[in-house]
Amino acid sequence: MLLRNREELRKARSVYAESLEKQRLKILVCAGTGCMAGGSPAIRDRLLALLRERNIACAVTLEKEPHGADVGIKQSGCHGFCEMGPLLRFEPQGWLYIRVTPDDCEEIVEKTVVNGEHIPRLAYRADAGVFERQDDIPFYRKQTRLVLEHCGQIDATSIEEYLAVGGYSAFEKALFEMSGDAIIDEVSRAALRGRGGGGFPTGRKWMQVKRQKATPKYLVCNGDEGDPGAFMDRSIMEGDPHRMLEGMMIAGFAAGASEGYIYVRAEYPTAVQRLRVAIRQACDFGLLGDNILGSGFDFGIRINRGAGAFVCGEGSALTASIEGKRGMPRVKPPRTVEQGLFAKPTVLNNVETFANVPQIILRGSDWYTGIGTKNSPGTKAFALTGNIVNTGLIEVPMGTTLGEVIFDIGGGIRGDAGFKAVQIGGPSGGCLTGEHLTLPLDFDSLKKVGAMVGSGGLVVMDDRTCMVEVARFFMNFTQNESCGKCVPCREGTKRMLAVLEGIVSGNGREGDIELLLELADTVSATALCGLGKAAASPVVSTVKYFREEYEEHIRNKRCPAGTCQKLKRLRIDPALCKGCSLCVKTCPAGAVTGEKKQPHTLNTDLCLRCGACIPVCRFHAVVEE
Amino acid sequence: MNREFDYSVVDGIIDGNGRKISSVISILQDIQEHYRYLPREIFPYLADAVAVSEARIYSVATFYENFSLEPKGLYVVKVCDGTACHVRRSIPILNRLRSDLGLSERKVTTDDLLFTLETVSCLGACGLAPVLTVNDKVYPAVTPDKASQLVKSLREEATHAAA
Amino acid sequence: MNREFMLIDGLPAPLQGEKNLLELIRKAGISLPTFCYYSELSVYGACRMCMVENEWGDLEAACSTPPKAGMKVRTNTARLRAYRRMILELLLADHCRDCTTCPKNDSCRLQELAVRFGIERVRFPNTAEAPDIDDSSPCIRRDKNKCILCGDCVRMCSEIQNVGAVDFAYRGSKMTISTAFDVPLAESGCVGCGQCAAVCPTGALGVKDDTRRLWEAVSDPQVKVVVQIAPAVRVAVGRELGLAEPENCMGRIVAALRRMGIDEIFDTSVGADLTVLEEAGELLSTLKKGSDLPLFTSCCPAWVAYCEKSHPELMRAVSTCRSPMQMFASLIKEHGKRSGRKVFHAAIMPCTAKKFEAARPEFRHGGAPAVDCVITTQELIRMIRESGLVFAELEPEAVDMPFGTVTGAGLIFGVTGGVTEAVIRCVSADKTPGALRAAAYTGIRGMSGSKEALVRVGDRDVKIAVVSGLAHAEELIGRIGAGEKYDFVEVMACPGGCVNGGGQPLASAFDREERGDLLYNADRMSSIKRSEENPLMMTLYNGLLKGKVHDLLHVHYRTENTGVSHA
Repeated sequence: MLLRNREELRKARSVYAESLEKQRLKILVCAGTGCMAGGSPAIRDRLLALLRERNIACAVTLEKEPHGADVGIKQSGCHGFCEMGPLLRFEPQGWLYIRVTPDDCEEIVEKTVVNGEHIPRLAYRADAGVFERQDDIPFYRKQTRLVLEHCGQIDATSIEEYLAVGGYSAFEKALFEMSGDAIIDEVSRAALRGRGGGGFPTGRKWMQVKRQKATPKYLVCNGDEGDPGAFMDRSIMEGDPHRMLEGMMIAGFAAGASEGYIYVRAEYPTAVQRLRVAIRQACDFGLLGDNILGSGFDFGIRINRGAGAFVCGEGSALTASIEGKRGMPRVKPPRTVEQGLFAKPTVLNNVETFANVPQIILRGSDWYTGIGTKNSPGTKAFALTGNIVNTGLIEVPMGTTLGEVIFDIGGGIRGDAGFKAVQIGGPSGGCLTGEHLTLPLDFDSLKKVGAMVGSGGLVVMDDRTCMVEVARFFMNFTQNESCGKCVPCREGTKRMLAVLEGIVSGNGREGDIELLLELADTVSATALCGLGKAAASPVVSTVKYFREEYEEHIRNKRCPAGTCQKLKRLRIDPALCKGCSLCVKTCPAGAVTGEKKQPHTLNTDLCLRCGACIPVCRFHAVVEE
Repeated sequence: MNREFDYSVVDGIIDGNGRKISSVISILQDIQEHYRYLPREIFPYLADAVAVSEARIYSVATFYENFSLEPKGLYVVKVCDGTACHVRRSIPILNRLRSDLGLSERKVTTDDLLFTLETVSCLGACGLAPVLTVNDKVYPAVTPDKASQLVKSLREEATHAAA
Repeated sequence: MNREFMLIDGLPAPLQGEKNLLELIRKAGISLPTFCYYSELSVYGACRMCMVENEWGDLEAACSTPPKAGMKVRTNTARLRAYRRMILELLLADHCRDCTTCPKNDSCRLQELAVRFGIERVRFPNTAEAPDIDDSSPCIRRDKNKCILCGDCVRMCSEIQNVGAVDFAYRGSKMTISTAFDVPLAESGCVGCGQCAAVCPTGALGVKDDTRRLWEAVSDPQVKVVVQIAPAVRVAVGRELGLAEPENCMGRIVAALRRMGIDEIFDTSVGADLTVLEEAGELLSTLKKGSDLPLFTSCCPAWVAYCEKSHPELMRAVSTCRSPMQMFASLIKEHGKRSGRKVFHAAIMPCTAKKFEAARPEFRHGGAPAVDCVITTQELIRMIRESGLVFAELEPEAVDMPFGTVTGAGLIFGVTGGVTEAVIRCVSADKTPGALRAAAYTGIRGMSGSKEALVRVGDRDVKIAVVSGLAHAEELIGRIGAGEKYDFVEVMACPGGCVNGGGQPLASAFDREERGDLLYNADRMSSIKRSEENPLMMTLYNGLLKGKVHDLLHVHYRTENTGVSHA
């Protein structure tokens, strides 16, 4: 349905809103990657089949003419509560069912759809009892979902639903009521800062591009979310693709760009597919293309899939990749705003940044700066992973403390272990410890303690985690993903990894910590790109806070957390050993000896520390120390 | 030019993406999707089509992890070793599959071209850790036993389809 | 006058339009270390050795930072020294450190900087694998384990030469420089120009060494060793062999070769004179016949190989003249038939591609190549050093008869535009000294990579293009393809022509200019300026060449001999 002018857009919006309003019950089946993997498509199919059997009129798409169907089934974006998936949400009640299986569908249709009853057994339970409504669950109650407001609330594959909830109003306002300067001014006054990690003021970036004389100008959306343990951007692209497109269109209009590119990680096929659908819909509706809504503004958006290179999250590597080249960062100047994609002025922002824009335009900068902190207004989405009870995607106002995020929203540490540290900002970030639980999470506070918001991955580690191993893990990642261009990153990270591998396998030497720090200093001072400069951060911050763990590994060949396999020492407890000799047969190294029915002994010099003897002993006589 | 190789598929892909350097990555992606790897024959051909050297195409193809110069298996199994999966023990899953399939870090594809086993750094499905994917379909909360069972059933499915 | 300046290590340095800090700092007399910076290549910025510290303590790579008035930088602080030392240590960690047996010993930048920064220990274990040597190419030898991945060769091969035989492959610590699918260089698109080896800072890329073969021939009493020396060689050896001032060293080279035991020594410029006469004839007949394509020169074997590989359709327009080296070699072998001894002919060339040209089947007669061995300038320098001769003390000597008469026209072949100027002198009806001057000022002189001239020949204007650097050739071919008309096109693969050949000691832009000037000086000093006025020519055409001009001086290249792997 091609919308030719502002009036038609407004009319479409009210028609679809009315249509949505008519649906007595809306069932939102989570279609985020997590819940889909957990089987949500089968649940949706089952529900549809059951409704059909009972002749209950149900709509899977929103029609222009309000129709008779009173149940709407929708594929929603990620609710964030991935730990509890697959998730089902019911509107208007606001109920949330968790860990739903196709077998539950019969009962759901019978009770909830037909009779309007709540099924307590499918609801979330915690110490305080059963939580009927999603919004009452502690995981959600403490969140402020602005960017993610539609994720889990509307159908992620439908432009009609996006329009029905007021979608593209901000673009409409920008297009017809504001000049490029006015838009940039609003975004600048909102002090929106880049959510991709750097925190650069978005408005200033747009202004720098707008001022460039060269044409054409490009707009690039960085959806190459490669940090392990981060999936905020994926959830936005999958769950509310139109919001991101709307942000891009506003930015394109403001900065004078005519073409937008979205660079999406190859590992996100669902996001690519949803974005394709969304772009096609926007084109069909005349929201992308030439002379949009009769305004004279032309804008198109294309998708580029990544091909598996973390470094392409770096701006100049990303544009190189779009140009069909190796994703190697280039030296600056010239900066991306001057000579970015195809050497033309380019606005490059990440997914979450663009997704913030429509609200700022619609509700104004005064409203926006009322959220978050003075220098970091707004909210930030974080992905909570690791040894935490509630793994998932959350959104909180900037300045929320680390403790609130981990304990109030995340539910604290999984199992009976204690909190040890959290890695923030992925492999480029640093770790925060117990002393930082009261630290407000915002750009500047984090920078002060040597960490960074990064893209927003929070990997929580309990006290059974070895921090040297964590540093090794991240260094291994960075080393694998180094593009190889500049010497300090290519060779420096390789050597740092070798030193760390030595330490965790019991070959650490006196002076290793100093050598690591010397390498870290060189790499961070001289590497070519931001990723290289930050590559050593996990090492520097773990040495800073957990130096004694390193020393223990190096001096006493002992892993205090007890996780470094090569440093484990096995011993046979003579009090428990019955001399059955099963372990003798199992040991590949011939390290166990002893006479039958007499307590055996384990020669630690021969022992490979493979641990094969542990499970075979029925008397639990093999102990690790 | 290799005369036996049928370039009509490649021609279609090149024309669909545009004969320009900036299309190289999407062309390679489409070719890989079709052949499940990048046949050597396409390199000089593509180089000619977009007017760059063959070494440049090779250089791009080897930079990105997702491109394979070796034929890949019918089922590409990727075990996630992102942070969340790693701390929830994804490595034992990988080891189990390697021993089941007779593969190693260097040998990643079975001789019958049925399975390719790789690791991937975070699929972003951390809530379901540990996960693996088979041809982009995500399997959540995997254990070594579940993975082994999955591979077994895929093998049966393939033999069934062949018969 | 521009009064803008910035402070380098506290001292003011005026800004004079330098592209980057590095150039300004070097002008200020500070040799800032780099591995990956060449002014004619794009800025890569990967070695991080040229970083400088600004007044706020931030580090900036000098190669990629434009100078700004008022800027203050320090080039040698404690931090910078520490970082440079660490970078060198990291580069040396996996690098072969057997310097004494490396062909680049003493001319290796890694070695030089390691010495300069006093790297006395390397704290990391050497994890490099065994040497990985590719000596498939007759011109260039690769040793991958000595590569420091500065990318100079990659940018040279693609940006300047438009060949792209090598590029980066893989990434991170697995990154290498590789041909497509790592095929041997001989099977790649390599045209043998050797410019990659010229810019390679380490022993990873070097000229293939054929000096043993020449030494063997010299020590064989049954063999008569005859050499020819190309024009560009004589202007590129002086500095390397200890002369204080740049000079034309032809006489000293001749003296050195005689001392080394070479039997007969000739000047390739005689071959060049033959080329001028043949090519001028070809040009006149092409002009007469009329052609859709210009006549392309054929002196440069790397250009011929490039044309065969990339533009086989143009081969019909490439002159059938053999290169001066091959023309002269034919003469020498023909002449040698009269001597009783077996003749071994070595050509001393500024060029690596000549090694490939000499080996082409087209230039074999009865199974034997006309040129038995090509020795580059770099190899000649090594041989002179090996002989223990003190070059500066050698008295210049003259070349041998019967090919002892040379012309200025033949000498300027060594510099871009030289072939064209020599041909213009020949085809021009006006034989006055004024005409010589006019030819020099048509716009064909100078180090620009792409030049054009309009010359009056008979009753018409002849449009000429002179390009050096194959990327310039490619660009010209594009224009010709688009319909632009030329009559005569001179192509030299190496930027600036043979004076900057891949077999020469590495030349800065300044060195190139200087070498070119020395050749033009030699032309000015020569009593005969035109090839057709060389009395030797008359003798040859009436003697040795009689009835054999086509057999001995022309060639029809067969594309299957270029070794194109993917064709």
